Amino acid sequence: MAQFVAQRFLWLILVLFVVSAITFGLMRLVPGGPFATERGVPDTILRALEEKYNLTGTLIEQYAKWIGDIIVPRVTDDTFRPSAVNDYLINIRLDFIKADTDFRWMNFGPSLRIRSRTVNSIFEENLPISLQLGTAALMVAMAIGVPAGIIAALNRNTIYDYTGMGVAIIGVSIPVIIMGPLLQYLFGVQWHVLPVSGWGKPENVIMPAFALGFAQSALLARLTRASLLQVMNEDYIRTARAKGLSERVVVLFHALKNSLIPVVTVLGPLFAALLTGTFVTETIFGIPGMGRFFVTSVTNRDYPVIMGTILLYAGFLVLANMVVDITYAWLDPRIRY
Amino acid sequence: MAVVQQGQNQGVAKLDSRPQGESLWMDAWRRLRRNRMAVLGLIIIITSVLVAAFAPQLAPKAYDKQVLADNNSAPRWVTQLFPSMRPRDEGGYVPINESYPIGADGLGRDLLSRIIFGTRVSLAVAFIGPLSAMLVGIPFGLVAGYLGGRADNFMMRIVDIMYAFPTLLLIILLMAFFRSSTAQNDPGTFAYELGRLDAAMGGMLFIAVGVGFTSWMGLARLVRGQILSVREKEYIEAARSMGVGTRGIMFRHMLPNILGPIVVAETLTIPTYISFEAFLSFIGLGVQAPTPSWGGMIAEGARNITSYPSQAIFPAVALFLIMFAFNFLGDGLRDALDPRMRGVD
Repeated sequence: MAQFVAQRFLWLILVLFVVSAITFGLMRLVPGGPFATERGVPDTILRALEEKYNLTGTLIEQYAKWIGDIIVPRVTDDTFRPSAVNDYLINIRLDFIKADTDFRWMNFGPSLRIRSRTVNSIFEENLPISLQLGTAALMVAMAIGVPAGIIAALNRNTIYDYTGMGVAIIGVSIPVIIMGPLLQYLFGVQWHVLPVSGWGKPENVIMPAFALGFAQSALLARLTRASLLQVMNEDYIRTARAKGLSERVVVLFHALKNSLIPVVTVLGPLFAALLTGTFVTETIFGIPGMGRFFVTSVTNRDYPVIMGTILLYAGFLVLANMVVDITYAWLDPRIRY
Repeated sequence: MAVVQQGQNQGVAKLDSRPQGESLWMDAWRRLRRNRMAVLGLIIIITSVLVAAFAPQLAPKAYDKQVLADNNSAPRWVTQLFPSMRPRDEGGYVPINESYPIGADGLGRDLLSRIIFGTRVSLAVAFIGPLSAMLVGIPFGLVAGYLGGRADNFMMRIVDIMYAFPTLLLIILLMAFFRSSTAQNDPGTFAYELGRLDAAMGGMLFIAVGVGFTSWMGLARLVRGQILSVREKEYIEAARSMGVGTRGIMFRHMLPNILGPIVVAETLTIPTYISFEAFLSFIGLGVQAPTPSWGGMIAEGARNITSYPSQAIFPAVALFLIMFAFNFLGDGLRDALDPRMRGVD
């Protein structure tokens, strides 16, 4: 198991390395740059800007500098002066070793367009909002999807099953881009029960989380139903019934645990999908998360923001899958690595 | 075994796979027709293909003609359907104009005509998206599954890495990449011609290709898995023993036999492609104005949702219908092509 975890961790590093290299290449092969304006910038200023923001030298040198700033940790003393190019995400005081010493790690660099802001400061202020929204949507998806799937499976080929699965197919057909405006109209404009858009108050979370989570809840419901039906046909369920256990005990203690394994395996990709889905949701509901920054940074060629965001989200994706793989091994005793 | 023996008698194995293949598809078609929801989906899709083809004849007005005096106006039935839109003559703010069947947008363009022309964008993505995904995914999966061993391992690791990319972010990046790298080229180069073709299609080409190129991994995995399961079958062995080349075995014997799951998987992915396009247009990286796209229309409407909800809800309903249709058709196809799967997933 420890070997398996270590293997997956090495894989994570390799993947992030490749993802960052591809993103970097894709971004930098395009003509034009972040400082290209209609009026043009005097050559000397342009050179100074490029010097300051690590845009000189060959692409490989620039990439090495950029990735080095992120992965190489630094131990600094009191001569360290924080600035736009010197801003670390993780800062740990090491006073117990020596006064004024800090351990600093992950410098994602400055934003090229939003002067005086660093990628880290964007992460710190806006990422928690996206994460809150993504988590809330995941809870909505699970709270609706899993019970609906169980009810449909236990009442197979009845009106509950048909209605539930019909709603599920319709649910899959309603992406957040449709669900969002619909909810805004019904609950915000027509019935005045929830705010149409905005962020900060608890009631602001409800609509976006539901809009984002609903389509995924439909997927979860279908998966839960299918998996529970399959498990209910297994021999050990027949054995449990033959022992004279009540149906409730059979379902709750014997069938459910195993039937949830496929459900758990999709939770990783699901959370990743929800997290990228927050981009859409944030645009619709006017939520100040990461989405807005990413879209404007792409059109503005704000390289550090683009690459930082992609790297971060890819990290989430791979990490989520890794956690799922480990949970999978833990849930199903037949799986051994 | 009968097939193999017959094939050996005739000396040409591929002749026999054909009538059998046809009967499988005929069989599937018969089952599909019995599935009411799938037929409904098919009818919606055929109708929208017709709407897209005859858009200029069907649309009551030009989709890009702005009559600023009529902006945000709506016929009376729309204001009755959306009670928050109080008509101007009843003390509200919505100008009543019956010459727009479902109203006009903020620039005074006919909403219905824009929805009709918007069908073209969604359908283009629905067909070019899977096509470009198949163009990459099928050969990739075929080669990986057929070669097996170390090559397979390596190719599947590439797929794993691609999976780590957040798709939506990669598409946004690709869009920016395509647009700016073709925009600044000299006439005559390939990139320039591509850019012109894209502009002629209102920006649809790059969307469909970008969406397809970021979505081929699932297909590659599926094809590889299927190839692994048919690779050791007797009819492949028979074909090989008769001297059919690698390419012949892959494309003539393996591919037709695994076409069913591919068709099902791609049909079920079409709604994802369509919603990607809608989202790209929503954030302004999609089709170029004034080409109407449902996603772009929803975006414009959503900005004014408190005042004119109809402008967002109507295109949203159109988008919902087409996604719903492809989902039901895909579901029906799965049941029809693989009866064993019915009720399992």
